[in-house]
Amino acid sequence: MLATAVIVLREVLEAALVVSIVLAATRGVPGRGSWVSFGIAGGVLGAVTVAVFADALAAGVSGLGQEIFYAAVLFVAVVMLGWHNVWMTRHGREMASNLSSVGAAVRGGTKPMYMLAVVVMLAVLREGSELVLFLYGIATSGPGQSVELAGGFTFGLLGGVTLSLAMYFGLLRVPAKRLFSVTGWLILLLAAGMAAQGAAFLVQADILPALGDAVWDTSPLITDESLVGRVLHTLVGYTARPYGIQIGFYIATLGVLLLLTKLFAQNPQPIGRQTAAL
Amino acid sequence: MRKLRPILNAVFIAGLLGATPALAAEPDYTVTIKDHRFEPAELQVPAGRKITLLVKNLDPTAEEFESKDLKRERVIPGKSEATFTLGPLKPGTYRFVGEFHESTAKGSLIAK
Repeated sequence: MLATAVIVLREVLEAALVVSIVLAATRGVPGRGSWVSFGIAGGVLGAVTVAVFADALAAGVSGLGQEIFYAAVLFVAVVMLGWHNVWMTRHGREMASNLSSVGAAVRGGTKPMYMLAVVVMLAVLREGSELVLFLYGIATSGPGQSVELAGGFTFGLLGGVTLSLAMYFGLLRVPAKRLFSVTGWLILLLAAGMAAQGAAFLVQADILPALGDAVWDTSPLITDESLVGRVLHTLVGYTARPYGIQIGFYIATLGVLLLLTKLFAQNPQPIGRQTAAL
Repeated sequence: MRKLRPILNAVFIAGLLGATPALAAEPDYTVTIKDHRFEPAELQVPAGRKITLLVKNLDPTAEEFESKDLKRERVIPGKSEATFTLGPLKPGTYRFVGEFHESTAKGSLIAK
């Protein structure tokens, strides 16, 4: 049961951390609960679908379907996260002054909550499809597996949810004035880490060059498999032995998103117009 | 955009055709998974050049071929197989596991 719980925790953790950051980043937005639930439900549905069609996916694109699919999922999430950050910058002034104006923006239809719902959905989908296949494997491996299955699943899920709740309530301790700048940075690092991971999938598919197989090796300090390694992997894109191109994608994503944020922050005109429209 | 579609289709088909010979080529090495174990569990491969590794999953359930050393992870559905292009590897030992049955599914590539 422990082995099952550990695997479930591993797969749940990344999605759970993403959900906790999204929840913190949308503090004060009415209806965010249903958006996030919608994202989770969509992700679970997607995960089951991907698991059912795992054969076709694995065989697709000359046997590289899985890598290309996961890379695509990651890059879409990066775009959504980046878009969210740029949006936050454009409306940053209203938000810093007053949390409730976020609510006003949502009611006015200017806060596109669906971007983050899509991010939640993609995170759940990516981690969930492996989980579905794994659990299905246990369920079909013989009679008397139901205790193993139910127990392992429950403990693993609880572990993941507990860790992400700790992260969420930790974030809520950040003063409201600074919360959005903190979540903005978290989302930026999350996006950069996802871009680097997407690049790694494309290297595995032999589409991108590795540009150095292991630019550095910090596995003696923190292995990728450890809990700390997994958490850091999700939050800041930690990899013990990164490809050169992963570092390139990481820095490029940070650079592009920071540049976009800066460009939009310096051009307050559209904000005035949109505020007037409200 | 509509005018572009036939061109895109042609490019896509050309891509598939172009990729087919690579798929048809015999893999350099083969490992099978049966009863959640790798056979052979230890495999000697040449260092310093690209190799292809075919992993055949003979079990009815899915397995995730995972190697942090080789930086590969891919779910292989039951009764199917997957090909990995690896290297060029530096000399050394590269461990891999079946993540869904880590206690029994263990193996390594030894690059020389």
